[in-house]
Order: sequence, then structure tokens, then C-alpha cells
Amino acid sequence: MGKRIGMEIALAAAEAAALCRPDVIAAYPITPNTHVPEHLSDIVAEGRLDAEYICVESEHSAISACCGASGTGARAFTATSSQGLLFMQEILPIVPSLRLPVVMVIANRAVSGPINVWNDHSDIMYQRDTGWVSLFAANGQETVDMVIQAFKIGEHRDVMLPVNINIDGFQLTHVVEPIFMPDQEEVDRFLPTYKPFAQLHPDTPVSMGSLGAPDIFNEAMCAKNDALVRSKKVILDVWKEWEKQFGRKYEPIESYKTEGAETLIVTMGSMGETAEIAVDELRKDGMPVGLLKIKLWRPFPFEEFRRAVKGAKALAVMDRAVSCGGPGGPVFAELRSALYDEPKKPKTLNFIIGLGGRDVVVEDFIQMAKKTAASKKVKPEDAYEIYGARE
Amino acid sequence: MTQKRWPEGWRDVTPGCMVLEAGSAVEYHTGSWRAKKPIWDNSKCIKCGVCYMFCPEGCITEDQEGFFVANLEYCKGCGICTHECWPKAIVMVNEED
Repeated sequence: MGKRIGMEIALAAAEAAALCRPDVIAAYPITPNTHVPEHLSDIVAEGRLDAEYICVESEHSAISACCGASGTGARAFTATSSQGLLFMQEILPIVPSLRLPVVMVIANRAVSGPINVWNDHSDIMYQRDTGWVSLFAANGQETVDMVIQAFKIGEHRDVMLPVNINIDGFQLTHVVEPIFMPDQEEVDRFLPTYKPFAQLHPDTPVSMGSLGAPDIFNEAMCAKNDALVRSKKVILDVWKEWEKQFGRKYEPIESYKTEGAETLIVTMGSMGETAEIAVDELRKDGMPVGLLKIKLWRPFPFEEFRRAVKGAKALAVMDRAVSCGGPGGPVFAELRSALYDEPKKPKTLNFIIGLGGRDVVVEDFIQMAKKTAASKKVKPEDAYEIYGARE
Repeated sequence: MTQKRWPEGWRDVTPGCMVLEAGSAVEYHTGSWRAKKPIWDNSKCIKCGVCYMFCPEGCITEDQEGFFVANLEYCKGCGICTHECWPKAIVMVNEED
């Protein structure tokens, strides 16, 4: 077992990535992810990690370099935020299409405008459908664990897909937390050397990224989608293996005090920990409230979600992104769709919270839970509100 | 793994649509794209080889006498050889002519 240390989470994410012995790191600094690549460049400069650190001129180049490096069979890592992630957009769907297991930490930040460097989930939501495995960490420990798990998940021969680990900008990246940092020997035992399916190498010539005309594109997309759907099995296996070796349990949907709960708060990311306190307070007052924390966003764990909400009468679904002109936040749309065919389904209310770093406190979760519990049936287009927006 | 010539169903698509066989493009006969074909007038040809060097398809070869010919199985009819040929020894003529 590694040592328990106090460390800023962005630095801890970099340390965790270094423990995975990446061959190539290409990243461009952007708030609030900057400390991740910055610290990795320190680690490489200090000689603690033998990796090619490419100082690229943009995020578009960062993901392109990682994509190319991964094609040669290298283990590649990058990190970004917000506008940087959007600048990667053109390449993001190509990486999973080529089945290359690049790992990326996304320090989630609002997308402009107005210009805003603070935290919400709008950046990853714009990239939701690109084909990456998407994990959400709620704290520093989960960040470290998920970075290491990500390489193992992505590189598995039944997956071969890139993985992003979403950590809330500032609320996680810039916070010092006590973290069990695994040692090198433990990580080496968990994560074997990467054995790529194919490599761009003169001795084993292959073509990656060739043309897919209309008579093959359909089939190619079907195969890509299937790979992501099927990756869930490997994710669950890797999490079981992690629990066995490191003693920390991971589930696609984590339940907190859900026994006998009539109202469930659903969160993704760091706000789950604030919501836990709200649940504790409400339970003290005798209100049957529980909490679900989504850790696996893509592939979406439909089965686990339906099981987790069994018996609940109402869901207070938290979103941290707006789908302008749509049916509510992206998480909400997903959950409602998952429940549509269920014979007995809970009422669902959507609260879009914490946009661009707006603070959401325990009392807010208490209010939202109470409002949800008391709510009547509402039309889908009235089922969401941007919580806390001043009138 | 052996790669199929043409995936019938999506399950046959190779991971990442990778082409696992080297030099397989030779089996793609791009000559069918052509609307015009290059015709050499060897009385004007000075055997400089500019057409050979500029052909993006690599389908122009030198014959035994040192003149140049295009392999029409692959020639896409782009006309670059004609454009580059400064003694004007190549003309593009319609396929049907």
C-alpha cells in the first residue's frame, strides 16, 4: 500500500499518470488543467520519467501528437480544459475511430462566453458523442485511481478506445486533499506494458485513417459504437481488479443512503460530496432522501441506473451544462430516456446548477430535494430550471 | 488475423478500419475515375521524364526506347503530366474519342 499524502489534486493526477510510465506526453496549458502537464514536465525534466514530452503549439496539436504517438504503439497522455478541449474537437472522434487508447485528464471548465475559467461540465458535454470512455471523479483519490485505471481499460484488447477522466476545475484541481498514492511496484503489477493491436512501424506496415466511403462508413460507425458499448464489461472487470488490489470500490453508479429513499439526488463529479452532507441533514430530519453519483458517463450504464432508482418516487437530477433549446441538461435527457419504457418510473426534475463556477452549497441541495419530493407531474419542457438564476 | 477484401457486415470491419495489408492500394484500379486520357506524341518527346516524375499516381513508366506511357488501369486522367510537359508532347483526349 502506498503512502497517504496531502497533495494538490492536479499534481496528484500528474503523479498518477507518471506512475503509468507514458511514452509520450503532449499538452498545452490552459486553466484550470495547467498544473497537470506542468507537473508532468517537471517529472520528465527531473529524470523521474523516461518519456517524450512534446511542447506543442496548441491543443489541436496536443491531441494530434498523442493520436499519432498512440498509432506507433506508444502510451500517450494529455490533459486540457474548456476551450482547449473544444479546439481538440476535430481530432477527438478520430482517436476512438482509430481505436487508439490515448488517456486524457479533463479539468472541467465552462465554455465561453462570457469568458469564464471556472468549473462546470459544458466542455465535456460538447464532446459527449465522440466515442471516448468518459469517467467522472468526485475527489482526489478517485482522480488518481481513475487515471491509472484508464490506461488499463483503454488498452484492453476488447476495448482499444481512448479514455477521459473528468475532474472539476478548481473544485478538484486546485484543492489539496489526503490521497493514497500507489507506489511504482503496485502500479506496475496492476498495469502491464502496453501491447498494441497494430503499430505504425516499417516492419509491420498498416494503414490507419484511410477513406471510408458511403458503402463502408455505416458499418464502421456501427463497429465503433459497439466497441464503446461493450467496453462496460471490461470497465467493471478492471474496477473489480482494482478493488481486489487496492481495496477501493468503484461502481458506474454509486449509491449513498439510498435504502428506503423516496427522493434521490443524482450528481456527477465533485458536487456529490456536498450533496452527501445534504442527504445526512435531511435524513436527520426524517426525510427519506438518498444520493446517486454517476462515475461512468460513457458508455452510459443504463442497467445499473435502472437498478439504482428502483423504488424511488422522485429524482432530482443535477446537471452542470445547458443544452440550449433542448429538453434540460444532458444528464437529465439521458436519465429520462433510460426510464421511458419502465412500467413504474419516478418523477424527474432537472436542476442545472453550478454554471461557470457558481457555488452550490448544502442548503441548495436540501431545497432542491424538498422541491422534488413535493413536485407534481410536469410537462417535459417545464421539467428543468437553471437553479439560482436571479430573477 | 486475416483481413477480408470487403467487409460484408459491421462485425467484419477491422479494428479502427485499419488496413492490415501493405501495398493493398494496388488492387484499387483508379482508372475508372478517368474522363480524359493522356496521349503521347513521341515525335515531340525529348525523353526528359518530367511526366514520370510529376505523375501523382505513379502510373507512368519508361518503355524500352526511353519514351513514356501511362498505365490506364491506374491513370485517373488528372492531366498533370500534360500540364508539366513543356515540349507539349502530351495531350488529353476524351475517353470515348
